[in-house]
Amino acid sequence: MAFYRSHILVCTDQECVEKGAKEVERTLVKELKKFNLDNEIKVVDTGCLGPCEAGPLMVIYPEGVYYGNVQVEDVSEIVEEHLLKGRRVNRLLYEIGDDAEVIAPYQQEDVFPGEMRVVLRNCGIINPENIKEYIAQDGYQSLGKALTELTQEEVIEMVEESGLRGRGGAGFPTGLKWKFTNQADADEKYVVANADEGEPGTSKDRLIMEGDPHSLLEAMAIAGYAVGANTGYIYIRGEYQLAVNRLETAIEQAEELGLLGENIFDSGFDFKIKIREGAGAYVCGEETALLQSIEGERGEPQVKPPYPPSEGLWGKPTLINNVETLANIPVILEKGAKWYSEIGTESCTGTKVFTLSGDVENEGLIEVPMGTTLREIVEGFGGGIVNGREFKMAQTGGTSGGCIPKDLLDTPMDYDALAEVGTALGSGALLVMDDTHCIVDIAKCFMHFFEHESCGKCLPCREGNTRIYEILDRISKGEGVLEDLDKLQDLADVMSNTALCGLGQAAPTSIYSTLDHFKDEYLAHITAKVCATDTCQALVVDDEEEYERSETA
Amino acid sequence: MLEASIKEITENFESETTPLISVLHKVQAKLGYLSEEVLELVAKYLDLPLSKVYGVATFYTLLDTEEKGENIIRVCESAPCHVKGSTNVLTEVKERLGIDIGETTEDNKFSLELTSCLGVCGVAPAIMINDRVYGNLTANKLETVLKKY
Repeated sequence: MAFYRSHILVCTDQECVEKGAKEVERTLVKELKKFNLDNEIKVVDTGCLGPCEAGPLMVIYPEGVYYGNVQVEDVSEIVEEHLLKGRRVNRLLYEIGDDAEVIAPYQQEDVFPGEMRVVLRNCGIINPENIKEYIAQDGYQSLGKALTELTQEEVIEMVEESGLRGRGGAGFPTGLKWKFTNQADADEKYVVANADEGEPGTSKDRLIMEGDPHSLLEAMAIAGYAVGANTGYIYIRGEYQLAVNRLETAIEQAEELGLLGENIFDSGFDFKIKIREGAGAYVCGEETALLQSIEGERGEPQVKPPYPPSEGLWGKPTLINNVETLANIPVILEKGAKWYSEIGTESCTGTKVFTLSGDVENEGLIEVPMGTTLREIVEGFGGGIVNGREFKMAQTGGTSGGCIPKDLLDTPMDYDALAEVGTALGSGALLVMDDTHCIVDIAKCFMHFFEHESCGKCLPCREGNTRIYEILDRISKGEGVLEDLDKLQDLADVMSNTALCGLGQAAPTSIYSTLDHFKDEYLAHITAKVCATDTCQALVVDDEEEYERSETA
Repeated sequence: MLEASIKEITENFESETTPLISVLHKVQAKLGYLSEEVLELVAKYLDLPLSKVYGVATFYTLLDTEEKGENIIRVCESAPCHVKGSTNVLTEVKERLGIDIGETTEDNKFSLELTSCLGVCGVAPAIMINDRVYGNLTANKLETVLKKY
């Protein structure tokens, strides 16, 4: 490998490209040539660096200096000042908080104070299109260790002891799933990575696959060895084209080096990975629907049991894990189950990646230990609410999660604590809303989504979502009656108790939580015909009308 | 010609088990949309019942069984975009193009559709035109974006 004195990582994730990162990168390459620096400084594309609001973003290594909001006209200054003369361009430095230090160099584990990168350890640090950079960060070492030093049972034991739970939303113990698949007796088994990241407000899996595709491949091979499978499938959203391309490149490079394919590490273990693209159906994130889709069918969920570990893809035992869950595996094998289990809380170990969006100053992805409170994330990383407005609520776990009001801001973000307050950790989506939003309007938006995404196979979900939406629509138009609130509750009960799959069961979570915490606002729409935030157009009284009313009064 | 390209695509997937959706993706990328004639040929070469191929093609939103305009605009209607005002963006697009959701402009230039989360919530509200994503949209920005097409 050629030696470069500096590497400049330019984020070419969709959000930065949208803000002109490609143009910035082209100018950067040109400027470096102009100063004959192109032989000593390398420009590298990288996946999302996290703080998307400051895009286009770049990091210069080895210093680990972040520059944000870089425009084409800023490039020559960075090249002349920083790269030629060694002076930082202070006006472009990307900083967090008032007195916080400028972003720490990459040798340090934490990118933001309190952040801990396990899953995102390599994102933004390595070139995802070059396997050597992954290997330089001890990549594929865990696979080697598993294949040459550990038995299948020992690997599974480590995963069990780490306490890792499924990051797709359900929080099922990963080690247990591996054990069940391992114990199933069959001539063929499969490992499937669930990369059908459809939960609104979530982009963690995309980031992992775009920024560090090999961590997923390595983990799948380890899983394959542990459960006794020789083929892995990555089922990925059709919308994630960049991730598909990077994964294809990664698979090719790993095969070339013999890290995937036949007789890996001379151990006699074979493992190949194939990619299957989804075609736009939220329900395919549900595991049995996902398998149907790989089998070339309509993505409709199936009755469980049998569960995939005993009877999955093409009727064979299948281990299905979420991308983020898998990305933890190589680290657990490298640093040990004990090390991992000490991060986070007792029942929810490790870290969690959150996708923070909505009315906060800083949107983007952050990884923190489980049990970090909602307040720490919203006020610390998020930088508080935009425009000095008030925090009204946060929806956790995506559209299938519930809404938490202000007085629950100190809830720890983990599976159990969130379940206790009637919501879910889910995929780690975190949508923050300020006091300009109307609860009925927001609930309508959630239910509209489910009405569209319900596959229509079972009645509670197909009809339930539509009826809930219709009731909410009536309420938003001032045509609601008090009885409607009981009907909402009844419909929610029927759905959560009787729907066939997780989609229908979780769809009314937001209805429960908003009725629980914001009942007054529903009542105001129904009895007083008032929408306090002026969102529901049918209830908005314009000034003229109001004037006329006061005149006649 | 049509038959030859479909035959070729299906042959490329011969080593794969149940490749129907992958085949439909490739066929659509080549031919634009999945007409009845196309679906019949896919069924023929994969040796599947037409009803099944049709059932799958109509289940997934990224597969089109009707002809679309040159450019497909997909407006994100998920909660994070809704919070940032995607309703206004949708109204604006509808007004500018004079079409409703699911329709195509008379000059066949644009089709308008809704999409669920594009995973770029950091720049909400967002739309996707063909395979490019545009974010932080305002009425002004929308005008500049649409002019590019």
